Amino acid sequence: MVLLVSHALTKRFGGLVAINQLDLEVEERAIHSIIGPNGAGKTTFFNCVTGFYRAEEGTVEFGGFPLDGLSPDRIASMGISRTYQNIRLFSNMTAMENILVGMHPHLRSGWIGAILKTPPVVNEERQAYQQAREMLQFVGLRGKGDLLGKNLPYGQQRRLEIARALASRPKLLLLDEPTAGMNPRETMEMMAFIQRLRQELAITIILIEHQMRVVMGISDRVTVLDYGTKISEGTPREVQSDARVIEAYLGTKGAAAH
Amino acid sequence: MAPERSWRKTIRTGLLWGTAAIFIALVGLAEVLQKRQIITGVISGGHALLLVVALGAGVYAARQRRDERVGKRLAAGALAGAIAGVMVAALVALSTAVNFRAMIVGATPELFALLSFGRGVAALPWIALIWAGVALLGAALTLLPGRVRSALTSGLGVLLGVGLLQEQVQLLLQSDRVVRFRELIFTFDGLTPAGAVIVAVVTAFLSSVWQWQRPKVSRRVAALPPAPRRALQVVGFLAALALIIVMPLFLGPFFSQALVLVGLYTLMGLGLNLEVGFAGLLDIGFVAFFAIGAYTVGLLTSTGPLGIFHLSWWVAVMIAVVVSLISGVFFGLPILGIRGDYLAIATLGFGEIIRLLVLSDFLRPTLGGSQGVLSIPKPVLFGFEFSGPQQLFFLTLGASAIVAFVAARLRDSRLGRAWMAMREDEDVAQAMGINLVNVKLLAYGIGAVFAGVGGAIFAVMVGSIFPHSFSVLVSINVLALIIVGGLGSLPGVAVGSLFLVGLPELLREFSEFRFLVYGAALMAMMILRPEGLWPAAALRRELHEEVERVPEGELVEAPGGGGS
Repeated sequence: MVLLVSHALTKRFGGLVAINQLDLEVEERAIHSIIGPNGAGKTTFFNCVTGFYRAEEGTVEFGGFPLDGLSPDRIASMGISRTYQNIRLFSNMTAMENILVGMHPHLRSGWIGAILKTPPVVNEERQAYQQAREMLQFVGLRGKGDLLGKNLPYGQQRRLEIARALASRPKLLLLDEPTAGMNPRETMEMMAFIQRLRQELAITIILIEHQMRVVMGISDRVTVLDYGTKISEGTPREVQSDARVIEAYLGTKGAAAH
Repeated sequence: MAPERSWRKTIRTGLLWGTAAIFIALVGLAEVLQKRQIITGVISGGHALLLVVALGAGVYAARQRRDERVGKRLAAGALAGAIAGVMVAALVALSTAVNFRAMIVGATPELFALLSFGRGVAALPWIALIWAGVALLGAALTLLPGRVRSALTSGLGVLLGVGLLQEQVQLLLQSDRVVRFRELIFTFDGLTPAGAVIVAVVTAFLSSVWQWQRPKVSRRVAALPPAPRRALQVVGFLAALALIIVMPLFLGPFFSQALVLVGLYTLMGLGLNLEVGFAGLLDIGFVAFFAIGAYTVGLLTSTGPLGIFHLSWWVAVMIAVVVSLISGVFFGLPILGIRGDYLAIATLGFGEIIRLLVLSDFLRPTLGGSQGVLSIPKPVLFGFEFSGPQQLFFLTLGASAIVAFVAARLRDSRLGRAWMAMREDEDVAQAMGINLVNVKLLAYGIGAVFAGVGGAIFAVMVGSIFPHSFSVLVSINVLALIIVGGLGSLPGVAVGSLFLVGLPELLREFSEFRFLVYGAALMAMMILRPEGLWPAAALRRELHEEVERVPEGELVEAPGGGGS
């Protein structure tokens, strides 16, 4: 079944066309990678899906519901969650608090309940803390719950950011270059971790990557963007041997533009 | 650092402190303090101030060479002090040739007498020598072991404080039973030499005992099983409560009045802290909510011509809470999309709008314009009238306690986390499913309620309300006190308010220098202790952690640490 569909999606910044007539279908429970050179429009696509940008043309549907015009928090509540290319943790909050914020859409307690500490609120908080601890353990950050986000080492910050995204129990997880700044060994570990996410949590993952090599092993499907336009799509093997992709990456055509 | 460079640094330090000394002399601060004896016949306020500056120069210059030999540190202190002293001496010498008075009002003959210790030009070499000597002492202070140094500084600090506040302290010792004690320590206008020694020695002793015993005590308490520890906490809390309840009886109306003001600013501070400290929404029109609370209660309870319903204060305060909440939400609506610096300007506008509305001719028939609302009766509870400051103290205390409790509960809730997430990164917070509109309006609304309660008490404290009480300076004051106390910290609000509201209230006679000292204190604070006097838990934890963590080397391996 198809979970996310974008149809003729176009996003412009002034004269620059960041995404051009993009048609994309993401199968449920797939790991779908979007790759392409710098400035290809990958992150812009994420920003359009999550409601942070409004696309000028085209539509995005999630599980059959159109997302156009919805605010980012509504879209998050529908089950789409993301991480950022340059990690954006709540850096002055603890790891636990970061995850608890991620759980926000699933918690119900309001301000009056919080002041009075009614039994349902106490109960909900206790469960939330329990789940947050489990989530920390799941991403390998057990015992780090009281550290401030900014005091964690880089790799752990990446994991915490993913944990925060997972805390909202998303159906669709958008990962924006999760291996940026990692060495080859850490990159391999991160890839294995992403596969584990899909297996154990049964979620759909869209993965933005810069390096083609990285995604080949784990992707079910790969879409290649260049200057906002889809230039190729298919299984990793198909994409890898596509002449247009090789051209985009080697830059024979794009060299003049740089 | 190359030796000549580091000496240049010392010279610069001396010039800096010399400039500071000349500045506080010429603005008149030293001369005002001169009227106050610290120790009768030994040292007066003005000289004490200069002494502190000279000591400061020595400490600062010696600190700059922390890693060098003892001799060099002392020499640096003395040099810095000598330079500052030469500058002061030069000012005195110049004053005989040039008439500064024509340009600077503060340059009085009395000031130059103060600076030259009453000896005129003959004292010029001595000025530099004395400054160098005092600065040398300051430098020597930095050589002492930490415990001795802190005992000494707290002894001297309390001595200075008691000397400055001697009128108020003497007021506390009015009773006949302590008259002998009072006469031992105080003359009518200052401490006696014996009293000064007693105060300094007792404080130094207590401070060193405290420093010495505190780790042991806290370790022993930590080792207790939970039940007795809990009991100990309860006993401590009850003791503090009892102390606070009997306090106004001991302190008398003057101190109580100061404490009521501290309480009002604490209420406003708690509200603004919720907006700025928790939610990160800068607001410098905050006084508007204080005014709204005050006017609501004033109009509803006044027995004067403008009073509408003559309600009891307790009913009126409930209504004021609702009115503030609604006005807070309405205030938030137009500025929902504004961020950062722009938000400050927009909120500033709102504060002024409310003040100008109240002053306007249009609303004059209902709000009284600049004549204000008069004859607001004091609240009565079960026959107990909150008639004066000693009674109102309890009202502010109770209100602050409730408000602080509510703020603490909110901080630790889902809403509190949403606020903090928004403070950290608004976009990401929204992407995590937080409805920014809701949480922003709640922050403005609840913050406004806290200030509104403050305004409601303010109305009965003064008994009448005038628009000029709600100037933008109040907003700035509240913002300053929560920053000084520690942004986001609840006890910090009370501490900041004691420092920035209570202390100036006690030092009324120096009130013309209030904002000078205020500004200097704020700058010193931001440079030396940016996290505030009583920082929020997370910040404290972070500073503590960085010290602990660096040796583990985790920070160094940053780009790869996540391998586990």
